[in-house]
Amino acid sequence: MSTVDSHEMDSIARALRGGGSADASEPGQTRANAARAAARLAEQADSEDLLDIAYAPVDSPFGTLMAAATGRGLVRLTFPEEHTDAVLERLAARVSPRILEAPRRLDPVRRELDEYFTGTRRAFEIPIDWALVGTFARRVLGAAAAIPYGNVLTYTQVAGKAGSPRGSRAAGNALGSNPIPIVVPCHRVLRLGGALGGYAGGLDRKRWLLELEGALRA
Amino acid sequence: MSATLPPFQSFLDENREAVWRFLYVSVGPAEADDCFQETFIAALRAYPKLRSDSNLRAWVLAIAHNKAIDAHRGRSRRPVPVAEPGELEKTSSPGPGAPRDEELWEAVYELPERQCSAVVLRFVGDLAHSEIAMAIGCSEDAARRSLHEGLTKLRKAVPA
Repeated sequence: MSTVDSHEMDSIARALRGGGSADASEPGQTRANAARAAARLAEQADSEDLLDIAYAPVDSPFGTLMAAATGRGLVRLTFPEEHTDAVLERLAARVSPRILEAPRRLDPVRRELDEYFTGTRRAFEIPIDWALVGTFARRVLGAAAAIPYGNVLTYTQVAGKAGSPRGSRAAGNALGSNPIPIVVPCHRVLRLGGALGGYAGGLDRKRWLLELEGALRA
Repeated sequence: MSATLPPFQSFLDENREAVWRFLYVSVGPAEADDCFQETFIAALRAYPKLRSDSNLRAWVLAIAHNKAIDAHRGRSRRPVPVAEPGELEKTSSPGPGAPRDEELWEAVYELPERQCSAVVLRFVGDLAHSEIAMAIGCSEDAARRSLHEGLTKLRKAVPA
């Protein structure tokens, strides 16, 4: 099907192709213009209520995190080693494909995380969207979210508060798949006796967070 | 695994240059940016209902083409703002090249809609006949015919 029609070679076709658009032959210019125009899109999308999920990078002592928020609240926070593309694809499939990078919408998240990491904030006020969390996990993470700054509970205690006192293993799994670590403080849940247990972001980070909060001696 | 639509940002990143180039050529530098925003806002509005196996590039270029038609219609209703050559260079610095052939572009947008679409999507959007057919909702043969008829008319209207 790739026969080139003879008329495609004529001067009109040529004029239309590159015609008059000198910079069509100037890829750098096109790239820059397109990038600039695309960057402006998120704000208009937001004002027309078409931006279902906004995401942006957030600097932290752990490296660059990625935060994603719906109109309801923060829906996902990732550690630097997580693959942003894969995370966004899952959000597209599970919540909405109307996803754009929109740093402005994440300003409050960025501000509160900054304050938390510098030790001036003890509780997060940004709203949470639990869209990625199932019913049981929602109860477990809700129980974790209620643990005050600088305090810790055991897995069994959290399972009890979630209404399933014998489900400490299931509670551990729910905490391990917390889509919004740090802000939903699953790091405040330890083993009986004080062993750290597990942490999706790595035990070094769990220890670091608990030391920041003064729950563990440095 | 069932295919799902990519996040809109990936779709935008992959198609923004093709759409920008398409609009720059078809409506000109002055209106390309507005048309670009309108194109992707319209795409974003319709996006969640799109089938995940759609040809996304053909789809978004068809939207861009509709915005280009609107721009040309709007232009024909008001006096054409003729930019000074120097002014044009300042705002969008197109670099050296042939001046835009306004006469030709006017003739293109005066073609019957399907012929206009076939010509523009083929030569500016660089779509294959099958993609043009998909974009304007006709058979591949009909797209081919429209393209041929459109070019024939243009050749008569704008002697080279």
